[in-house]
Amino acid sequence: MNLDAPLAELVQPGRVHRSVYADPIVFELEMERIFGRAWLVLGHESQVPVPGDWFTTRMAREPVIVVRGDDGGIAVLVNRCAHRGSTVCAEGRGNVERFVCPYHGWSYDRCGTLRSVPVRSGYEEESLRGAGLQRVPRVAVYRGFIFGSLAASGPPLEEFLGPATASFDDFADRAPGGALEVRGGVFKHVYGGNWKLMLENHLDGVHPAYVHASSVAAARGAPEPGAPGAGHYFDIAVRQMRQNGAPESLWESIGVWTTPHGHAWLGDYHTDARLTGDPSDPAFRAYREALARHAGAAEAQRILGITRWNTVVYPNCSFMSQFRQLRILHPLAVDRTAVHTYSFRMPGAPPQMFRDTVAFANVVNGTGSWVLTDDLEVYERVQRGLSSGAVEWVHLGRGYGRDLPEAGGALRGASGTSEVFIRAQFAAWQRYMTA
Amino acid sequence: MNVEQFLYLEARLLDTGQLEAWLELFTEDAIYWVPLERGQQDALETSSIIHDDRTLLELRVRQARHPRAHARQPLARTVHQVGNVTVTAEDDRELQVASTLQVVEFRSERQRLWGALVEHRLRRDGGSFRIARKRVDLVNSEGELEGVTVLF
Repeated sequence: MNLDAPLAELVQPGRVHRSVYADPIVFELEMERIFGRAWLVLGHESQVPVPGDWFTTRMAREPVIVVRGDDGGIAVLVNRCAHRGSTVCAEGRGNVERFVCPYHGWSYDRCGTLRSVPVRSGYEEESLRGAGLQRVPRVAVYRGFIFGSLAASGPPLEEFLGPATASFDDFADRAPGGALEVRGGVFKHVYGGNWKLMLENHLDGVHPAYVHASSVAAARGAPEPGAPGAGHYFDIAVRQMRQNGAPESLWESIGVWTTPHGHAWLGDYHTDARLTGDPSDPAFRAYREALARHAGAAEAQRILGITRWNTVVYPNCSFMSQFRQLRILHPLAVDRTAVHTYSFRMPGAPPQMFRDTVAFANVVNGTGSWVLTDDLEVYERVQRGLSSGAVEWVHLGRGYGRDLPEAGGALRGASGTSEVFIRAQFAAWQRYMTA
Repeated sequence: MNVEQFLYLEARLLDTGQLEAWLELFTEDAIYWVPLERGQQDALETSSIIHDDRTLLELRVRQARHPRAHARQPLARTVHQVGNVTVTAEDDRELQVASTLQVVEFRSERQRLWGALVEHRLRRDGGSFRIARKRVDLVNSEGELEGVTVLF
């Protein structure tokens, strides 16, 4: 079966065919051709600070182990015993000298090399030569963020990220001394929809007024966020939810930028200084001072002057560099996706900065939040709508024909509400899928 | 009213959609907490599925009543099954009560089952009680969950 010709036709100017969201055959090809080739965000170095530290995650649907080796480098191992295929460690994290398979006790060192085989005399030595946990061929770290690629060749990480490196820079630069650590628990949620739906939502400046109408209304009815230092712990979240009700003209005025590999970010839409660094707030003031001590006053000023909302790294990640939240998506099936949400602490900043990050995560991005749950509901409704064959095409036309070329083959939306980033994602999709 | 009857009343209010009456069971200084991690002690520097003071809990109920609360309107139909009720400590002012909870939730052609260990701190109030603190440890709080839109 040669699907390539029809695959190329599923993406057309200003529209895509519904099967890219609903067809299990397309999904299988995506796992192989997109998730099997692209750089995927796997986590952050702070999750594996010392040799032997490991955590499990997935690449496409492959279970993998991210481990800090004896040489201090990071390896990514396929979590599958070379013998009979059992996962060698359970889901989670820990520190080990050896990974020992629960089935027949084969053990592997931190690099995945096979170290011992019980009843060794029972095997032909030749059959054990070179056996080990398979290593993911490419691993790279950018500003502390760990990436892996299941493909042995492809563009180097920095070329893949292109101008999106600046969003990771923003994330790391904002931390005094560049120190960031994953802390405060991991939210994990699933939704009954295609993986692309999340990436298409995170830079969509029109949806908040509709999807989040109820939380905007509730937040407007909240007590006025308190004076600095005297408010509720959730003030930052109330401010954020109110900001979701910003007028259309504000959303129109912020930029949205895309990169040739399908990444994109939205300019900041926060007009409430207390969300983004009001100098009269004691915690922000102490934070700014800490940043200036490390980076110098002028550099601190420059860093805080860069304001981005979500950045989407195609195909598996989205993050908020200003609010220190990062989400990694795991496609489970054509109509089912898991998302893990991480919060980051800046050890060099006052504790209140991380408390704000946690409150923001709980009320805005958490599994029980009033904001996230409405997004999930809409993803599921879209999936239901697209599962029917009665109507074939999906409209991606907001701002179509008005995109502005940027250096390096990228595009910028003429307005902050342009769907240019979805079109960029599908341009990348088309290249991966038909290459 | 004895402790069991009070917990059954609370469950009944939730199962009959009387969310505002349910809210009134809570004291002004109440905390309603659904931790993310088993054994979680800290709610300020560790995330929670829900960590609401009385103000935020009121807003949560108000949000759920909004006609465009897409994930909550119409409200899910639920059955809260309370069991293993045990008073673990008490003094003149308050009681500490442990219980188990199973919630069957039905909404949008889908039924879900939740299970939790629950701790109530009940403050004596005339012949009845008010809830000063409620902690709900879902058995799967650390798992990959669908959006949590019901109240436990």
